[in-house]
Amino acid sequence: MNALLRVESASVRYALRGRGLFAPVRHLDALRDVSISIPEGGRLGVVGESGSGKSTLARVVLGLVRADAGRVLWQECAIDYDDAIAMRSLRREMQVVFQDPFGSLDPRMTAGEAVGEALQALAGPVPSVAAQDRIIAALAEVGLGAAFANRYPHQLSGGQCQRVAIARATVSRPRLLVCDEAVSALDVSVQAQIVNLLHELSERHGMSLLFISHNLAVVRHLCDHVAVLQRGRVAEQGGRQAIFGAPQAQYTRDLLAAVPRIDRQAVE
Amino acid sequence: MTATARQEALLEVRNLDVRFKTAQGEVQAVSGVSLDMQAGECLAIVGESGSGKSQLLMACLGLLAANGTASGSVRFAGRELLGSSERDLNGVRGTGIALLPQDPLSSLTPHLRIGTLLTEGLLDRGLATRDEARQRAMRALEDVDISDPAARLRQYPHELSGGMRQRVALATALMCGPRLLFADEPTTALDVSVQARVIELLRGVRDRGLGVLIITHDLGVVAGLADRVAVMYAGRIVETATTAELFRDPRHPYTAALLAAVPRLDDSAQSRLQGIAGDPPQPADRFSGCAFAPRCDYAVDACSVQRPELRSIAAGGGTVACHRPLAAGAAAEAAT
Repeated sequence: MNALLRVESASVRYALRGRGLFAPVRHLDALRDVSISIPEGGRLGVVGESGSGKSTLARVVLGLVRADAGRVLWQECAIDYDDAIAMRSLRREMQVVFQDPFGSLDPRMTAGEAVGEALQALAGPVPSVAAQDRIIAALAEVGLGAAFANRYPHQLSGGQCQRVAIARATVSRPRLLVCDEAVSALDVSVQAQIVNLLHELSERHGMSLLFISHNLAVVRHLCDHVAVLQRGRVAEQGGRQAIFGAPQAQYTRDLLAAVPRIDRQAVE
Repeated sequence: MTATARQEALLEVRNLDVRFKTAQGEVQAVSGVSLDMQAGECLAIVGESGSGKSQLLMACLGLLAANGTASGSVRFAGRELLGSSERDLNGVRGTGIALLPQDPLSSLTPHLRIGTLLTEGLLDRGLATRDEARQRAMRALEDVDISDPAARLRQYPHELSGGMRQRVALATALMCGPRLLFADEPTTALDVSVQARVIELLRGVRDRGLGVLIITHDLGVVAGLADRVAVMYAGRIVETATTAELFRDPRHPYTAALLAAVPRLDDSAQSRLQGIAGDPPQPADRFSGCAFAPRCDYAVDACSVQRPELRSIAAGGGTVACHRPLAAGAAAEAAT
């Protein structure tokens, strides 16, 4: 089947500085021979503990880190991250939401300006009246009324900031949204809202998700496929039912067993 | 958490208010909180960001920021802590009540070796000689499952993994033999497997007869560790119950909604989570009635006019601050 995004045998090795000036340089293999694929409209969750390489995988896909080996394909064509013109149009189709809701917005820009900036950068010059409409529509789509367009990040809650970040990322109607721990810093009650919002946007527009998270339960609710990373390798990947219902790899089983349960029987 | 504790409570908080003077005026972070803790018991205080749960801990230890004041009463083993001199408080901190802070990297002084961090409490107070302190430090590290303790004593915090740092921080907190441990979000920054280990260690601390007061937003951690739970919202306790009761039969609509919002591994895998509309209130927000009313599905007009007081419900010893508490079993029905 044709994939929207495919990562083929990606490896990334970081050089670690030794203790002394002339100490030998050591290496950390952040990703080892990792292959994943996401079909159009698919939602892939990538889970793993810290140091498992899940964020590095997101960065490779976005072109923020270059893979030492392997390649990334967009609609089955290898992406050349050095081709500035091709990257410009790819960025319209592939967007990202990061973890820190305050840190990813410019404190001097209102929510409307932040979304407008993304619109101008990605869609090119848009007549200001039409742009204004699209900004309001993008904010409305993430559940923020028109009044929010004039607010600055410090006047918004963490959940509202994350909604603005999502509006900014989705205003150009990308086909893939990369979420790097995008709900991890939020309170539980707000986290549920944002997970639902991502699910709705994905369903409504057929937008694919590459959802990086350490939270297995969130991934289970949002994603249809899951890749479990362990020290840079894919320990297991498959459909949601298979991973959570009948995990094959011991590592997956250990991870699932470690999640504290809150079912009513467990506490009695 | 009744007003008349039979045995002398290890910690007894009465009508605690915490206020901060800010450029925007006075902000009340904690309002009228009362609670009791016995030795050998783990109490969890659950709340979202801004609910005042951390400031409650800080007020008990006299560690509020300079613009903060606490009023009411905090008694530890019968001694009033609020308004005590720094000198008296230092006699309680570490030796009476120890704090396990949230972030294991920033809570361990980076330029001191693990050995120094572990022993400085004992040495500064003259509670042990150098050799004794070193021996006790090695034993403390073994108690938290750290291998090769002699070598660890020479290492610096940055040389340890996150999970190991948190265990060193726990060993450090326990060095001076406190009777009560305050743990502020002790598992938040950790991977699930490490988190499970830290919960197990904290359970061991409680089983040794210490009181453990844990602050968390993670209901999974509560289920695995706490005997009783106090739920905080907008600076007030809105519900208290035993852990089993709270999960089986949440009576405050906020507690029920919070439980429903947690993504789980064990329910039917429906894709929609039940979020709570709106955002958690900020400490600066003021409410004439119930602070949760704007987000509550069950709110009636009276809820935004008159604030409900915390009152006992049923025989289980639980309390709830709500004009329209859920009937016993209501939340379980709604979930099915």
